[in-house]
Amino acid sequence: MRFLTAFFTSWIALASGALAQAGQPTNGGLGFQRAVTPIMEQVTSFHNLLMIIITVITLFVAGLLVYVIFRFRASANPVPKKFSHNTLVEVLWTAIPVLILVVIAIPSFRLLYAQDVIPDGVREINGEVVAAPAFTIKATGYQWYWGYEYADLGIGEYFSNMIPDDAIDSSAGQLRLLSVDYPLVVPVGATVRMQVTGADVIHNWAMPSFGIKMDAIPGRLNETWFRADEEGTYYGQCSELCGLRHAFMPIEVRVVSQDAFDAWAAAAAEDPDAANALLAEYETDRRETRLAAR
Amino acid sequence: MSDAAAHAEDHKPSFWSPARWMFSTNHKDIGTMYLVFAIVAGIIGFTLSGFIRWELAQPGLQLFGGQLGNEHMYNVFVTGHGLIMVFFVVMPAMIGGFGNWFVPLQIGAPDMAFPRMNNISFWLLPAAFAMLLISMFVPGNGSGNGSGTGWVIYPPLSTSGHPGPSMDFAIFSLHLAGASSILGAINFITTIFNMRAPGMTLHKMPLFAWSVLVTAFLLLLSLPVLAGAITMLLTDRNFGTTFFDPAGGGDPVMFQHLFWFFGHPEVYIMILPGFGMVSHIVSTFSKKPIFGYLGMAYAMVAIGFIGFIVWAHHMYTVGMPVDLKAYFVAATMVIAVPTGIKIFSWIATMWGGSISFKTPMVWAIGFIFLFTVGGVTGVVLANAGVDQSLHDTYYVVAHFHYVLSLGAIFSIFAGFYYWLEKMSGYKYSEALGQIHFWITFIGVNLIFFPQHFLGLQGMPRRYVDYPDGFAYWNLVSSIGYAVTAVGTLVFFVMLADTFLRRRPGVANPWGEGATTLEWTLSSPPPFHQFSELPKIKDDSH
Repeated sequence: MRFLTAFFTSWIALASGALAQAGQPTNGGLGFQRAVTPIMEQVTSFHNLLMIIITVITLFVAGLLVYVIFRFRASANPVPKKFSHNTLVEVLWTAIPVLILVVIAIPSFRLLYAQDVIPDGVREINGEVVAAPAFTIKATGYQWYWGYEYADLGIGEYFSNMIPDDAIDSSAGQLRLLSVDYPLVVPVGATVRMQVTGADVIHNWAMPSFGIKMDAIPGRLNETWFRADEEGTYYGQCSELCGLRHAFMPIEVRVVSQDAFDAWAAAAAEDPDAANALLAEYETDRRETRLAAR
Repeated sequence: MSDAAAHAEDHKPSFWSPARWMFSTNHKDIGTMYLVFAIVAGIIGFTLSGFIRWELAQPGLQLFGGQLGNEHMYNVFVTGHGLIMVFFVVMPAMIGGFGNWFVPLQIGAPDMAFPRMNNISFWLLPAAFAMLLISMFVPGNGSGNGSGTGWVIYPPLSTSGHPGPSMDFAIFSLHLAGASSILGAINFITTIFNMRAPGMTLHKMPLFAWSVLVTAFLLLLSLPVLAGAITMLLTDRNFGTTFFDPAGGGDPVMFQHLFWFFGHPEVYIMILPGFGMVSHIVSTFSKKPIFGYLGMAYAMVAIGFIGFIVWAHHMYTVGMPVDLKAYFVAATMVIAVPTGIKIFSWIATMWGGSISFKTPMVWAIGFIFLFTVGGVTGVVLANAGVDQSLHDTYYVVAHFHYVLSLGAIFSIFAGFYYWLEKMSGYKYSEALGQIHFWITFIGVNLIFFPQHFLGLQGMPRRYVDYPDGFAYWNLVSSIGYAVTAVGTLVFFVMLADTFLRRRPGVANPWGEGATTLEWTLSSPPPFHQFSELPKIKDDSH
């Protein structure tokens, strides 16, 4: 029993983020990227529960197989028994899985509805009231880049392209196949409504650390939401096969302070390049503050 | 009985006569052709996946940065791998190959109900396969030849995204393969309902015949829906209809509903005959009757039925209403119950038995364990909330390869070794069979287990290149492919050994555990069997 506890504790630690970074994959990582939204936290803890259940089931089946293989091998048991029925075990192995599924279903539905229903400022998620969306962002998938529009804030659609491999500046923290020229910018702690659509073929706007994956389908306007609780840079990738450069239309989200966001939004409404410069300045300041703190 | 039949009962034509194969109406010859076809297609499908793993061994473009074509060509390889493995390897091997060979033998029938239709069922398949191969060599879109849409061929990528003739060839290929399977399904249903030996009621019928019966119904009910969907795709592409084009009032998501209404039963079509085979193998080598025979049979019927009402769990991210998603979550999880019954019944069959670990049995035990692993990750994916994070990642790739590549293919190999002596009349080398199993077992687990980690970390499917953070497990996965390739080589060495050494086989190499009717016949069985129908008396269950 102690062994089992130790096993699960270490597994969960590995799977749920002791190793995991937020916003980007970890080489050799075993579990989810670290959660920065209430929804992804709920996804992670629900997945941890599932992980325990399926590990126990798999070990149970493997254990039975190993036992049967050794105990009933021909040399150990030369005369086979001939039974082919046992009502009790048949009832048990039908009923117990049903009970396990019920145990899974309850948190599963809770998560599903939390994820799918846009907060209204009254409903509770994980025991806290989540504010209604502060504004709406519309993301449009194109072959092979994203367009972002903040209609509420007067920021017209701008395009977000991957930075090609030879232009990657790793000293500035840029990552190959993940960093883009004009990222999506949102304020920390604000509820944001995302509308997602496709312009040509189906794309998918995915952000692992936020627990979001939404198809961008021509002719449809899909809706989802997030509230990022930690400043930082987060990466995602197009998650529906969309042709030649499917692997080369990443998604980058910068989560910044409300003040920095307001400044960025005011600039972006006029000139995306000026807004981008503000963002770079903010990043440099943050890095220097962090260095000074050390 | 005519005089001719009296003095030459067998009428077996020469092996070298083309007419024997071209115009064959013999279920065993047609079954053999299906198996050979599946092996040939399997080599091609497996090679395509080799290029995929080669490309993904390291970050950056190894092959598809111009060396072997561009990134579009990678998508073409992915698409080709999927379509070939589904339609031209697993289905022909299980239903066409083993189904044709052993359903008539197990139910005590002289042949299939419609032998000529059986012939056309098979010969449509090479035509379909030719269409698919041609589609890889004609223009797909502006980026190059071939269709790079994935096996799901979602519009608009498969309509406006692929203006060239390649997609049309792929559609025709699916039409032909679908027609072939529908004809085959009609044949199996008729045969099983009408040609069972006297005394063999449905509740005494061997489980493999049950599994093919359920599979045939799934084929019959699901494939016409695919045919309709891809016909609409064809007219959208060529004749200006807008079934799936929002500009004309259509809806791309409609195609996904139609496709998965076929596609989900399809995954059960690929695994159910495997369930049947594994049941016989486990029982044979445990020297014990199958545990809970009726429960096993009706678990397959239940899986087949539920398989038709869960299709949209492949589409949790298209923006369905939340209540609809909740329904599909619940329905999908229910499948775990009959599947659990099957797993536990196999173990209960072994319980108390006297188990010998011959090659078919080790493959069957490997199947039971790996199918369990693939099954439990299926329960994870069934939850729409978590699927939001796992949809279209390598977690899904790992899951369906555990149930298909490691499940269906393991059961095919189990059945192949189980019946090879019966089909060919020659004994295979037990040592080579065991080596084949162990190398393959290690190899496929190395390929696919790390893909769970990649998926959890967020690596999307169908990516020709990936950020450096995914490098480690991708390398492990590619090494696993190399191991599996060695295992596959051993399989061909085993085949060559079997057919060159020609160790004569016996009617029943497995002893008292093998109770079905095919073991009462010689190995190989006579060209025409059961000219006097066997009578089933005892109730062995």
